[in-house]
Amino acid sequence: MRDEIIRFEHFGFQYNAQSEPTLHDINFSVRRGEKVLVCGPSGCGKSTLAHCINGLIPFSYRGERTGSLTIAGKTADALGLFGISRHVGTVLQDSDDQFIGLTVAEDIAFALENDCVADPALHERTARAAALVGIDEGHMRHAPDELSGGQKQRVALAGVMVESVDLLLFDEPLANLDPATGKAAIEMIDDLQKSTGAAVVIIEHRLEDALHRDVDRVVLMGEGRILMDVSPDELLCGDALVKSGIREPLYVTALRYAGVKLTPDMAPRNIAALRLNEADREKVRAWYREQPEEAPGEEAPVLLEAEHIRFAYAGGHEALRDVSLRLRRGELVAIVGTNGAGKSTFSKVVCGFEVQREGALRLEGEDLNALSIKQRAESIGYVMQNPNQMISQVMIFDEVALGLRTRGVPEDEVKARVEAALKTCGLWPFRSWPVSALSFGQKKRVTIASILVLRPRILILDEPTAGQDFRHYTEIMEFLRDLSAQGYTVVMITHDMHLMLEYAGRALVFSGGELIADDACAAVLTDPALIERASLKETSLYALAVMCGIEDGRGFVRRFIAHEREAVRP
Amino acid sequence: MKNNSVKTIVAIGIGAALFFVLGRFVAIPSPVPNTNISIQYGLLAFMAAMFGPAAGALIGLIGHALIDFSYGWGIWWSWVIASAVFGLLIGLVSKRLSIADGVFGKKDIVTFNIFQLVAHAIAWGVIAPVLDIVMYAEPANKVFMQGLVGGLSNIVTTAIVGTLLCVAYASARPKKGSLKQEK
Amino acid sequence: MRNLFNYIDRPSPIHRLTGATKLVCLLLWSFAAMLTYDTRLLALLPLLSMGLFMLSRIRLRDVRFMLGFTAVFMVLNNLLVFLFSPQHGVTLFGTRHELFSLGGRYVVTAEQLFYHLNLVLKYLASIPIVLLFVCTTNPSEFAASLNRVGVKYSVAYSVALALRYIPDIQREYHDISQAQQARGIEMTRRQSLFKRLRSAAAILIPLILSSMDRIETISNAMSLRGFGKNKKRTWYMGRRFTGWDFAAMALCLALLLAALALNRINGGRFWNPFAA
Repeated sequence: MRDEIIRFEHFGFQYNAQSEPTLHDINFSVRRGEKVLVCGPSGCGKSTLAHCINGLIPFSYRGERTGSLTIAGKTADALGLFGISRHVGTVLQDSDDQFIGLTVAEDIAFALENDCVADPALHERTARAAALVGIDEGHMRHAPDELSGGQKQRVALAGVMVESVDLLLFDEPLANLDPATGKAAIEMIDDLQKSTGAAVVIIEHRLEDALHRDVDRVVLMGEGRILMDVSPDELLCGDALVKSGIREPLYVTALRYAGVKLTPDMAPRNIAALRLNEADREKVRAWYREQPEEAPGEEAPVLLEAEHIRFAYAGGHEALRDVSLRLRRGELVAIVGTNGAGKSTFSKVVCGFEVQREGALRLEGEDLNALSIKQRAESIGYVMQNPNQMISQVMIFDEVALGLRTRGVPEDEVKARVEAALKTCGLWPFRSWPVSALSFGQKKRVTIASILVLRPRILILDEPTAGQDFRHYTEIMEFLRDLSAQGYTVVMITHDMHLMLEYAGRALVFSGGELIADDACAAVLTDPALIERASLKETSLYALAVMCGIEDGRGFVRRFIAHEREAVRP
Repeated sequence: MKNNSVKTIVAIGIGAALFFVLGRFVAIPSPVPNTNISIQYGLLAFMAAMFGPAAGALIGLIGHALIDFSYGWGIWWSWVIASAVFGLLIGLVSKRLSIADGVFGKKDIVTFNIFQLVAHAIAWGVIAPVLDIVMYAEPANKVFMQGLVGGLSNIVTTAIVGTLLCVAYASARPKKGSLKQEK
Repeated sequence: MRNLFNYIDRPSPIHRLTGATKLVCLLLWSFAAMLTYDTRLLALLPLLSMGLFMLSRIRLRDVRFMLGFTAVFMVLNNLLVFLFSPQHGVTLFGTRHELFSLGGRYVVTAEQLFYHLNLVLKYLASIPIVLLFVCTTNPSEFAASLNRVGVKYSVAYSVALALRYIPDIQREYHDISQAQQARGIEMTRRQSLFKRLRSAAAILIPLILSSMDRIETISNAMSLRGFGKNKKRTWYMGRRFTGWDFAAMALCLALLLAALALNRINGGRFWNPFAA
C-alpha cells in the first residue's frame, strides 16, 4: 500500500459543461516501478483519466468529483497542481506544443527554472537529464525545427525527467512518429523505467505497437468505466478487445482465423514472446494452404505520370531527387517514409503548391505545368491532416460549396453538386448543421466533401486516420475504399503500417528525397533492408509465418489481407 | 498562479506571434498603390476581445516591436505604442462580450465595431501623430494625414476581418443544441 | 528563425556583453537619440555606432538587406515631410534663408535643408544601434534580459513564446493558404477590396481556431512543468554581469545625460546655427 503512487477509489468525474459524467466508479492504482498501459476507444474517458492523474483535473478543467483519488497518499487538493507535478511527469501527445523553449537545453531546463534552481546546478542537472535520454552535447543548442519527431519526444521526456518524478505519464506517445521511431520510443520508455524505477502509465490505442516491450498490466476502458485490468497475456486471450473496438495485434487475429486457441501461458503479449506448439503451428500452415492465392487484378489506365522530378526548397537541400512514378485510375496507394523523406513535398509538387526544378508531370498525357494551383485542384484534390486547418465556414453546406462559389459556378448548380458530395460522404442527414456540431471524423468527411465537390480524379490525403480509434479508422478507410471503387484514385500519406497493409494496393516508399520502392505493401513490409532504410516496421504477420515454418512469408501476409477483405468485412 | 493567468500569458505570446506573421509576411494589396493592408489589426481586435485589455496591449506592443526589429529599421516607438493603445482600448470590450461561450450576436457585432472604431480613432488619430511630433518633431499636417489614412484602412480591415473572426470562433464553440438529423 | 531576426553568432566583445546590458544600453541610447535634436550629438552617435559595428565583427554584407529597408524608409519619410511641410524648418528655427524655388509653396530654405539633415542624422543615430542589438543578441537570451531589467517574468516569457512559435505559425499559415488557394481563395488585385478581406478571413479563421487549441495545450504543458509556481524564476540563458557590462551601461548613461544637458544649454531640443 505504501508504495502506491496513484489510487482511485470509486472515483467519478463530470465536466461542468457536460450533462453526463465522463468517468464512473473508477477503481485503479499504480505502484512504484509498475508499468501500465491504458487503452480504449475514443470517448472512453482515457484522456480524462490522464487529466486526473496529472492534476489538470481539477486545476485546469472544472467539474464535479466523486469518490476518492490520492496521489502519493495525499489528495489532489492537498497537493495542488505544482505539488502533483513533483510526483507525476507528463509527456503530451503533441511534441511541438510541449516544446516550449527556444532551444533543446532551455526546454529541458524549463521546470528547473520555474523551481528557481540557480547555476551551476541548473546547467548540471539539465545536462544530466539530456544524457539520460541520449541527447548529445551537439544538439543542446538546436531549435525545435531542426529536430525530428523522435528527437522532440526525447526532449519532452528529458524535460520531465529533470525533476525526479515517481510516475511518468505518456499521452499517446506513438501518435506522430514513424513506425521505427515509435518502436524506439517504446524501447526508450522501457529502459528508463527499468533504470530509474519510476512507474509508467502509457495511454495508447495502438495496442500492438505499445506492447512491443512488456508491460505489467493493461487497463481497458469503455464508456467511462474500467472494463478490465489484467495482464496483457490474459487480455489477448479473450474477445474483450474486439468487442470494445480496439484493434488486436495482427498475429493474434491470424491465429484466431487459423483456429488456434490462445491461453495466457502461450505468452501472446508480443510476437517475440509468443510460444506455439507444433499442433498450433500446423493449424496456421493448414489455414495458409486453404486460402486461395489472390488473382492479380487488371491494370487500370495510367492517370498521372511523374517523370524525373527534382525539387529543392529555397536555400535548402534537394528535397526530391529524380522521382518517377505512375498513378492508375481507381488505385488506392500509400506513400510512406520518415518525416522529411519527401512524401509531403512530392504531394505539394503534384498539387502545384511547389514547382519542380526539373522533370515533367502529366495528367492523362496533358502537361500540368501550365496549370495554376486553382486549375490543378479541379483534377487533383488535397486534404490536409487536420480538418480544422481547412474549415473556414460556419455551416456545412457553405463549407462544401466554397470551392464552387469562388469559381463562379451558378448557385443552382452549386446546390446540386454540394448535395451530391454530401450524399457521397454520408453527410446528407447533417446538411443544414453548423460544422461545429460534428465530431472530428465527421469534420474530416466535410473536408473530403469540400474537395470532392470540385470533381477531382485524384485525391491526396495526408494521414487520413490520424488520431482516430479503430472504429472511426475503419469508417474512414471503408469510405475511401468506396471512393476508389467509384474510380477515384486515392493517395494516402501515412505512418500507419496497418492502414497501408490492409487498404493500399501499392506502396510508394520515400527516403532522403528518393523513391526507393514502388511495390505491393506485403512485399515492402517483409523486406528487411527496405524496412531499415525507410524507417518502417516489419509486420508481425511475417514473423508469425517464419515461426510456423511457412517459407513464403510474403504470400502468407497477402493471403491474410485478402481473407480480411473478402470474408470478414461485410 | 492560476492556470487562467498562464493561459493569458500564452495567449499573449501566440497572439504576438500571429500578429508578427500576419504583419510581416502577409501582403494584401490595398487600393493605394504600393501599400498593403494591415490585416494583423483584425486579429489583434479578436484576441483583445477574447483575453482583455492587458493582453491586447501586450500583443500589440510585442508583435509590432518584433516586426520593427526584424526589418531593422529601428523601433518606431510612436507607432508601436499606438498599436498597444489600440489593443488596450479594444480589449475593454471584452467585459461586454462572451465570445468564448459561443455568444456573438447582432448586438455584439455593433458593440464590437463601435469599440474598434473609437479605439482606432484614438490610436491613429491622436496617439501616433502626437508621439511623432513629440519624439521626432515631424510636421503636424504630415503625421495627421498618415494617421488618418492608416486609421481608416485599419477600421475597414478590423470591421471585416475582426468581425468574421469573432463570428467564426463563437460559432465553433461547442454548444448544447437540439439539432436533428434530416432524412 | 535565427535568420528572421538576423542574430549572427561571432566571438566579439559586443557579443560577450550580457543581453540585459545590451537591452539597457539600447534603451538609454534610444532615449538619448530621441530626446536630442542637437546636430553635434546626432552626428556623434552614428560615428559611435559605426565603431561598435566594427568591434562586433558584424560585416556590412550581413546587414545589407536590412540597411536597404532603412534607406528606403528614410528617403520616403523625408520626401513626405517636404511635401507636407516645406517650411517646417523655418517654423522650428525662426529665420528664413531662401535658396531657390521649386514652384508654388515649395521654396527651398537653408532652415528646411538643415532640418532634413537633422532628421537623417536622427535616423542614423537611432536605427543602426537597433540593428546591432538584433545582430549580437541571442534571441534565447532576450526574455531573460527583459526579466533582468525589471519586466515581470510572465510578460518576458510571453516574448519568448512569441519568438518560439513564430516559425511554427508561419509554416501553418503557409500550409493553410496553399490548401485554400486550391479551393480558389485569392487575395490579388483582381478581386475587390471587400472580397480580398473576406479571402484573408478564410485563411485566418482556420489559423486562429487551431491557434486557440495551441494556446490551451501550451498552457497545460507549462502548468504541468511548474510555470508560475514562484514569484521569481531563474533563466538557463541568463549570465552574470562583468566589469565590461557596467562600463558599457555607464557609457550609454553618459550619452543620455549629454542629451539632457544639451537640451538645457540649447534652451530647446534644437541646436540653432541660424540664431545670430
